[in-house]
Amino acid sequence: MNKKNDFSQKMHSYLRHPASLIMMILVKLAALITFTVLIFLIIYILVHGVPYLKPSLFSLHYNSENASLMPALINTVIMTLLSLLLAVPIGIFSAIFLAEYAGKGNKFVDIIRLTTETLSGIPSIVYGLFGMLFFVSTCHWGFSLLAGAFTLAIMILPLIMRTTEEALLSVPDSYREGSFGLGAGKLRTVFYIVLPSAVPGILAGVILAIGRIVGETAALIYTAGSVAQVPSSVLGSGRTLAVHMYLLASEGLYMDQAYATAVILLVLVVVINTLSGIVAKRLTKA
Amino acid sequence: MKHNAWKESFMRGVFFIAACASVLAVALICIFLFANGLPAMKEIGFGKFLSGTLWRPKNNIFGILPMIVGSLYVTAGAIIFGVPIGILTSVYMAHYCPKQIYRPLKMATELLAGIPSVVYGFFGLVVLVPWIRNIAKSLQHAGIIRQSGNGNSILTASLLLGMMILPTIIGVTESAIRAVPPQYYEGSLALGATHERSIFRTVLPAAKSGILAGVVLGIGRAIGETMAVIMVAGNQPRLTGSIFKGVRTLTANIVIEMGYAADLHREALIATGVVLFVFILIINAAVAILKRRADHE
Repeated sequence: MNKKNDFSQKMHSYLRHPASLIMMILVKLAALITFTVLIFLIIYILVHGVPYLKPSLFSLHYNSENASLMPALINTVIMTLLSLLLAVPIGIFSAIFLAEYAGKGNKFVDIIRLTTETLSGIPSIVYGLFGMLFFVSTCHWGFSLLAGAFTLAIMILPLIMRTTEEALLSVPDSYREGSFGLGAGKLRTVFYIVLPSAVPGILAGVILAIGRIVGETAALIYTAGSVAQVPSSVLGSGRTLAVHMYLLASEGLYMDQAYATAVILLVLVVVINTLSGIVAKRLTKA
Repeated sequence: MKHNAWKESFMRGVFFIAACASVLAVALICIFLFANGLPAMKEIGFGKFLSGTLWRPKNNIFGILPMIVGSLYVTAGAIIFGVPIGILTSVYMAHYCPKQIYRPLKMATELLAGIPSVVYGFFGLVVLVPWIRNIAKSLQHAGIIRQSGNGNSILTASLLLGMMILPTIIGVTESAIRAVPPQYYEGSLALGATHERSIFRTVLPAAKSGILAGVVLGIGRAIGETMAVIMVAGNQPRLTGSIFKGVRTLTANIVIEMGYAADLHREALIATGVVLFVFILIINAAVAILKRRADHE
């Protein structure tokens, strides 16, 4: 009964304020559009792509008949590991410097923050251009997984720095004081007390970074190149899954395989996002 | 004890050097882009390069005005589609949405942000392009427009980019709205204003710097987006007045031609990257200023 009264009261109020009614409808419509677009995109790609997920698509070697995505998938894994290997230690160490060592109001800290913000706003094509000019040409690495990994490492560095710093700052000061009180030095406190408590936050950031690496195209085309095989060393060229997908779609010859590749990419991204969400949730519980 | 002190200061140095990495990266990016791009601009002539309307690499004519205008067109289009829907959706998330469905919606916006741009581009290619082509054709039949084009157009790219900047705008706007003290909303309600009037007349104006920062961030995303735009924009380097015709953006210019470019052509493409980079630096500065203002409010 009460609910019904509530409802009719609301309706009366809306009838007296038509502008409010219109705004309410617009707000709900906008939300509906946003989430319909997402759901439509996912369902459309799943419906059109899943039927093409054939075993031949996963054969170890690419040829013009099977347009296999397996080499690209393996390259993506290698690329992810290499980029993380470079960016995670540097990112975590610089976050430690910012959160634990640098004093407040330090001019140099302001510069670091400014540059990190700048890095996170640079579009991936500019990273790709830089990687091509620096790693590919100046360092003479040629189109290679290594050049691609270095480029991506710079790209994900600000993300890892920010999430790690936030995680470190959320560790209560009483932990540090307790550790100091027991006679531990600064370094010991950081590595044995603060860092372990910040692991879930750091991990959530790393997983997000993996998502960016897996989805990256523009930064890789002119750094890692587009060879459709797994190279014999990190100095060889190889395409990742996202680059593979772009080339399939723009060539227009393998649309079925492009649909299937889109499914794999989409599934990877959903899994990565969910994983990051779960890990981050654990952080808020702890 | 002495050994420990040495270790402490050594590791402090290591942390410091790691922190310098981002400074070094920005410095290197600036140096390499400008050092490789500016000489070409000089050779072509700054004015000719920036305001030239013809892009004919084979005849050594390099004018990137069509690309600058193309980038501005699709970015403006993305703003027209993305900003109203993004802001209204964030209002829904912050003030309308029932608690039970908030988590799934939040995860949905995060997923929207995580979908790779090639997947967006592919979606645009197989869904939006045919759709716009049909609309343009029926408009042509109705005599409203003269040429219908093939669906790869400013309009298609704007729609797609509008979709892609949604999560950026929703995320920043929602946190800006949530940062407004609840007393603003409650006070307005107590004065007899409706739920909507309270939100749109008191809460949103109070959050305007934060919302503007989100919009500018969205502009940065749209202007820097590459792969998705290439797949739907048509990529013709020309100035056009019709939203049903194709354009080429700065980003597309680089990716499409870098594969086979050499000498001055290649340097002109890097110079295109420099122009894009300068745009981005200006946008970054605007975001930083707006964020600082939002924090002070």
